[in-house]
Amino acid sequence: MLAPDGGPPVEARGLVKRYGDITAVDHVDLTVGAGDVYGFLGPNGAGKTTALRIMLGLIRPSEGAVRLFGRDPMLEGARALDGVAGFVEAPQFYPYLSGRTNLELLAAYDGGDGRARIDEVLAAVELDDRAKHRVGGYSHGMRQRLGIAAALLRDPRLLLLDEPATGLDPAGMRDMRDLVRRLADGGMTVLLSSHLLAEVEELCDRVAIIRKGRIVYEGALADLRRSGESGYRIRTSDNERAMDVCRAQPGVSAVRAEGHDLRLHADEGAVAELSVALVEAGLAITALVPELATLEDLFFRLTEGEPGEAAAPAVPPAAAREAA
Amino acid sequence: MTSRAAELGGGALTVYRWELRKLVALKRTYLGLGAAALVPLAFVIALAVRSDQPNDIPFGRYVHQSGLAIPLVLLTFASGFLLPLITALVAGDIVAAEDHNGTLKTILTRSLERGQIFTGKALAAATYALLALFLMGVVAVVAGGIESGFNSLVDLSGTTVSAARALGLVAASFGVYLWPLLAIACIGLMLSAVTRNSAAAVVGTLVIALLIELIGILPGLSGTQPYLLTRQFDAWQGLLRRPTDWDPIARSAWVCALYGLPSLAVAYLVFLRRDVAGG
Repeated sequence: MLAPDGGPPVEARGLVKRYGDITAVDHVDLTVGAGDVYGFLGPNGAGKTTALRIMLGLIRPSEGAVRLFGRDPMLEGARALDGVAGFVEAPQFYPYLSGRTNLELLAAYDGGDGRARIDEVLAAVELDDRAKHRVGGYSHGMRQRLGIAAALLRDPRLLLLDEPATGLDPAGMRDMRDLVRRLADGGMTVLLSSHLLAEVEELCDRVAIIRKGRIVYEGALADLRRSGESGYRIRTSDNERAMDVCRAQPGVSAVRAEGHDLRLHADEGAVAELSVALVEAGLAITALVPELATLEDLFFRLTEGEPGEAAAPAVPPAAAREAA
Repeated sequence: MTSRAAELGGGALTVYRWELRKLVALKRTYLGLGAAALVPLAFVIALAVRSDQPNDIPFGRYVHQSGLAIPLVLLTFASGFLLPLITALVAGDIVAAEDHNGTLKTILTRSLERGQIFTGKALAAATYALLALFLMGVVAVVAGGIESGFNSLVDLSGTTVSAARALGLVAASFGVYLWPLLAIACIGLMLSAVTRNSAAAVVGTLVIALLIELIGILPGLSGTQPYLLTRQFDAWQGLLRRPTDWDPIARSAWVCALYGLPSLAVAYLVFLRRDVAGG
């Protein structure tokens, strides 16, 4: 049962989109809470853009529903987008009109209130000096920024951005992230789709990871990191004897030699007991380094699976939601 | 009018105004309007350098006697290809181009309903057809008047009508001529929404007009002629008879509605329900 009016910024339940035999979005459930900077992460073609298009009412889901602040775009049309703005794929404008005229058009389509804010939003994206020029002459980065300006015209509470940094040079990517961060710091809820791990890691506090149309993880980024098996690298005065001690120690697993080190999996308590056991065995510990799985490791594990298996979520989506 | 209806109407008018503004900014707009203005000029220039006249076209024999015959001759001349093409240029493009350029998703994620956007676009396409026809008429009347004078006109029944009355009849004829042109615009709009391809919609509209015309010359189907859309381009001739022959005019009204309204309805429904997955 979906929340009635005044629900969370985004609530998707059982979202499915089929194109013939292809299922682009496969029973997607996700919830974006107020104030979240939410990463929608997945490889290209995973279904992120299709899901975002459904959220914005551009395409109809085959099954399921989305509600934005409790309103269904399929049932309530443009009214469901009150307080919502964003773009999917590259933002597009009329190339034969100036940037300012494009914004005037969009402000008029929003009821006209945004017209007074055009200068402000152009300044926010640093396009004020090029606003009179035709959009046809804009670079990709300028169009991306104009897309953000067009979204800000609506003074949104929820911003949906699809790969906002795609195609930008490093400086442009940095500026875009700074802008998103500033907006989020101002209290705006942001749903950001991306295939760039660094972008999500830098900006987002919660994520959904999508693979072949299915959500394989949804929850806090910190929980995702914790869900990865913790490993340790250890170096002793006698690794051969240390290997025997490690293998005999309860709670320690996957012990293997790697160069001058041993690698093993264990939780913090087991490692503490192991270090005591090694010292009692007369071994000197010259290094003991925790190795957390990186987001990249987890992402690839979730979206590609381990060799020989299909989807291999580190955390089942439902369990992850409960944990979050 | 309820506040909701006023809100919907206001939104459609906003779209309409911006569609016109976009048309003003597009070079293609002037191509069609330029053709609508240049064809009468070229026709009058040709008349000026030749002493004969197109006798096989209604009012063709009077082009040297009254400049008011020239716009009427041009109505017949332009109905086969010129004005349907000019109309299709915008009607066939007005939805498909937005889809192709990805701007449809930009405007559909604002505060206006799809129905309002469609209505504004349909009105803009109709306005363009009206403007092209008006421009052709004004240029033809002025150029024809300069070339042959604003003289009285002999109508299709052989009655001489005064220049002032003839001018009114010319205006009314252009008004009746607008109906099939609007039906053509509706077909163009439908193809624009369905095919999502400007070129296919423009060419498709002309092909449909051509096919409709061909139906009438197929053996055994000549009885369908009064009900073919393209034949409604001649309905204005009823105004130029004494007494006025209202039958073709009345038939034109419902036949054009029969072609135009279902096309418009299909375009509307497709636009309302379509997935905007491109761009």
